[in-house]
Amino acid sequence: MLRLKIEKLTKQFGARRVFTDIAFELTGGESIALVGPNGSGKTTLIMTVLGLLPPTRGKTEYFEDDKKLDFEQYRKKVALVAPYLNLYDNLTARENLRFLSEVNGCKIDDADIDRALETVGLAGRGDDFAGAYSSGMKQRLKYALAIVRDPEILFIDEPTSNLDEAGKKIVFDLIKNYRNDAILVIATNETEEYTLAEKRCQLGG
Amino acid sequence: MPKSGVNLAGRTLAVMRKDLKAEFRSRYALNAVIMFALVTLTVISFALGILRLSPEMLAALFWIVVFFASMSGLAQTFIREEESGTSLVLKLSADGTSVFFGKALFNLLLLFMLAILIVPLFIVLLKAQIMSWPIFLAAVIPGLIGLAGATTIIAAIVAQASVKGTLFTVISFPVLLPLLVGVIEITKVALTGGIWGEVTAPLQLVAAYDVVMVTLSVMLFDFVWRQ
Repeated sequence: MLRLKIEKLTKQFGARRVFTDIAFELTGGESIALVGPNGSGKTTLIMTVLGLLPPTRGKTEYFEDDKKLDFEQYRKKVALVAPYLNLYDNLTARENLRFLSEVNGCKIDDADIDRALETVGLAGRGDDFAGAYSSGMKQRLKYALAIVRDPEILFIDEPTSNLDEAGKKIVFDLIKNYRNDAILVIATNETEEYTLAEKRCQLGG
Repeated sequence: MPKSGVNLAGRTLAVMRKDLKAEFRSRYALNAVIMFALVTLTVISFALGILRLSPEMLAALFWIVVFFASMSGLAQTFIREEESGTSLVLKLSADGTSVFFGKALFNLLLLFMLAILIVPLFIVLLKAQIMSWPIFLAAVIPGLIGLAGATTIIAAIVAQASVKGTLFTVISFPVLLPLLVGVIEITKVALTGGIWGEVTAPLQLVAAYDVVMVTLSVMLFDFVWRQ
């Protein structure tokens, strides 16, 4: 069972303190919503927890059956869906999914890709270049990437950004029915979205 | 369900294949590298007219053309990731070692394509006579390996900076200088028809450079790339 432990996490850019002493602990099957207005540090917190930004103070630790995981070990178990996460425009959707899964150490076949694309409503569009996709379709493709890799920790920043009503329904269903041993971290300021998570972490006052 | 078990070689080849696909669809680096080499050699050929350069001059000129042509294209492997905003998804998906080897292999392939193009032009336009092909290849192959290894890690550093273009050449020149000195010396011997005994010292220098540069790059790459 996977466990994510965050202790007194503080991030400061120069004199500006983005968040202070954030602490929570999640085990497989639990979810948390990072809630706060624009600029409250939700994205910075996600980047810090993912290990892509060094914290000013505090620490993030990932454990599997009480054994501490290093960056390379937990990197393979996490996935991120976010509006600022860009996929390769000059590769097709299928090539994007295959390449990003392969470099993550997962071998996937066409059936896995087709299934993931179908789940997010992109069936039949796998051979189109990602650059030709609309912003909503790109967001759906990021969910397809997360699904195809089947991560144990899923970080979602602004879950329904750029999505139409049908896309939002797909995302809500996906979050509700996501594997029940996974850790889910959702950053949002939409009531409808943060009620999907059991716990809440308020940022920015 | 995804099946885990793609080893380092598989992940490295995946990075190289992705860069090759992207490159052949845009031809950005390839066009820049080839056009630079083509234009430079043609201009020098016109400027020389019927004059013939000495083997020393030809050897230096060959590597100057390779160096500056590679400067115009090799940094693109990382700059393109930064500018298109795909470096985040790559950092989250891939380990540093496979990214380094994948991108270094891609740069090496680009350099071999460049060499295949400029060697015949070098012979035809600059009237160079390669007296010993084995010694010439002993300069070109390790020379290109060292160039690909060094420029890959420098490109990763430069991609994070705001002034990318000039910085790449400025940082590359001192780092590549020992390699260039060695390969120019070996090329000169190949053009004068010398023997293997004359290239032992520069070959040792180039081989040592390649080993040190690739080892250091693998050790430092993760730190450089993820900062």
